[in-house]
Amino acid sequence: MRLVILEDYDQASEWAAKYICNRIIQFKPTQGRYFTLGLPTGNTPLGCYKKLIEYHKNGDLSFKYVKTFNMDEYVGLPRNHPESYHSYMWNNFFKHIDIDPNNAHILDGNAPDLQVECDAFEKKIEEAGGIDLFVGGIGPDGHIAFNEPGSSLSSRTRLKTLAMDTILANAKYFDGDLSKVPTMALTVGVGTVMDAREVMILITGAHKAFALYKAIEEGVNHMWTVSAFQQHPRTIFVCDEDATLELRVKTVKYFKG
Amino acid sequence: MPSNKSVSDAPIARFTNCRILRGRRLQREDLWVREGKILNPEKLFFDEKGSADVQLDCKGCILAPGFIDVQINGGFGVDFSLATDDFGSGIDLVSQKILSHGVTSFCPTLVTSPPSVYHQVLPQISVRNGGPHGAGILAGAHLEGPFISKEKKGAHPEHCIRTFEENAFQDLLATYGSLDCVRIVTLAPEIKRSSEVIQELTKRGICVSLGHSVANLSQAEEAVQHGATFITHLFNAMLPFHHRDPGIVGLLTSDKIPAGRRVFYGMISDGIHTNPAALRIAHRAHPKGMVLVTDAIAGMGLAPGRHTLGQQVVEIDGLNTYIAGTKTLSGSVATMDTCVRHFLEATGCSVETALEAASLHPAQLLGIEDKKGTLNYDSDADFLMLDDSLHVQATYIAGEEVWRRDVLDM
Repeated sequence: MRLVILEDYDQASEWAAKYICNRIIQFKPTQGRYFTLGLPTGNTPLGCYKKLIEYHKNGDLSFKYVKTFNMDEYVGLPRNHPESYHSYMWNNFFKHIDIDPNNAHILDGNAPDLQVECDAFEKKIEEAGGIDLFVGGIGPDGHIAFNEPGSSLSSRTRLKTLAMDTILANAKYFDGDLSKVPTMALTVGVGTVMDAREVMILITGAHKAFALYKAIEEGVNHMWTVSAFQQHPRTIFVCDEDATLELRVKTVKYFKG
Repeated sequence: MPSNKSVSDAPIARFTNCRILRGRRLQREDLWVREGKILNPEKLFFDEKGSADVQLDCKGCILAPGFIDVQINGGFGVDFSLATDDFGSGIDLVSQKILSHGVTSFCPTLVTSPPSVYHQVLPQISVRNGGPHGAGILAGAHLEGPFISKEKKGAHPEHCIRTFEENAFQDLLATYGSLDCVRIVTLAPEIKRSSEVIQELTKRGICVSLGHSVANLSQAEEAVQHGATFITHLFNAMLPFHHRDPGIVGLLTSDKIPAGRRVFYGMISDGIHTNPAALRIAHRAHPKGMVLVTDAIAGMGLAPGRHTLGQQVVEIDGLNTYIAGTKTLSGSVATMDTCVRHFLEATGCSVETALEAASLHPAQLLGIEDKKGTLNYDSDADFLMLDDSLHVQATYIAGEEVWRRDVLDM
């Protein structure tokens, strides 16, 4: 793996955005040959999205020939609810760029048959030729997407019940009222993300430090599902100084050197 | 989820690089319009997989809902209280000219007149949508009089003032001839049997406004309880505020307003009809009820001098208009955008508040805020492009540009 350590959140966001931007530009996507991007939600990638929007507005980056696949979506939340991941992606990304709406794929948490929806999503990824670059984050409990502790490391897109840690972390987006937080979500599996040709995990903040330690300095373990990427041929972890607080000095020095 | 493919082939316009008035505040958002209505772009993106056909750069302008003037007696030489042969073309002229003031809907107002005038004029007023031809008449006319107080007639002709003491509503109907295209009636609630009349008018969906009256606060409150919801040009042509009997002005803070109802009040904020301090008192006492009106007369838009207002002759000198030879104010020649700017400056309120007083509040008064007065999704796309000092740069009705400031205009 590569571990890229930047000084703070803003620099980490910018580094990640530049990397994505360069990847797309180098790929030279065109009609019939799209660049496929896997995308996350949450607080961590907001800075990265802002930068990508900036590059687009400067005329340096177009999403015309980019297909996106989001990692997850809540079950049972109306699509236009301000906390749904559809709303998040529209407000924080899609409305500011030139992506074709037909190429922006997000799981539908209100589909009549949720498993059919998940299977169809896997099929769409396959039809798009697989994911070129999957961008993800990490939960405080080391999960990737909603693959909570205990999720199979070969899992595919499916319905998941959310862990208490996740529900507590999300409560702040629902007026602090635990009863309002969705308890289930559709999520890509660990296996789904592992299939991507390249993976980039964004990790910032001291509260994620322990999860990062478990993910890269301990063994591959289904209780810390991000650890699965130790076995992926091309993974980059992008983090800020605070996120490295639980790592060994030796590890940090090695990757900084 | 099955895709809600209510796809339309109609072109979608996206107004970018602007600040829109939505959710009571100015937001950096784009405005999307299709088929004359404000479109929800998120729904468009996810449900229809649609995108904009045309993008228009608003160069940082403010986009606000079109202004609604519920009290305008005429302008540009046209007097709505004069029964002429070409009344229709008079209304057309005014409705076209006020587009440049940012008014996209209005209620043609008639001052106290003899029955013959109402009988001739009212059938010539019809509800109609706005467009390139001019602002819309969405709701109908505003009849200010003749059932008012002689003591507070202002510029209204005394010999035409009437009461409905004998046959209440029947007297009113006989005077006006028809209420088909009437949306607001101003009357003085101290006239005997006004309660019945107010109730009957309210039942017919007509907004009753209190004005040109010497009513005390209890009479005004009773009128509100029977259905009155508006006050015509607050402070003018009514008893002044008195601390032991605030009169009609007291409605702004009355505790006898029925639950769920709001009393709105018209204000001519031209800097002449109301001292800025009084404007501020009213605004601070009841900010959500403020409705800016022009009360513009035929002389609005014309050079200073003499013009008619119904049965009277008035004299214009700058922004002041008086009954010829007197110091009695009679209507105004201020334009709606001038009133909005003056209101902003005099009260120091936010830009959002000033804009809402001329758009959202009159729409709420008329009960049409689901379609007009806001930039909410699915509302009619009647809006204005304004610069930061609230000068109208362009006017749009149903998504179509109907007026634009000439770059050479100063």
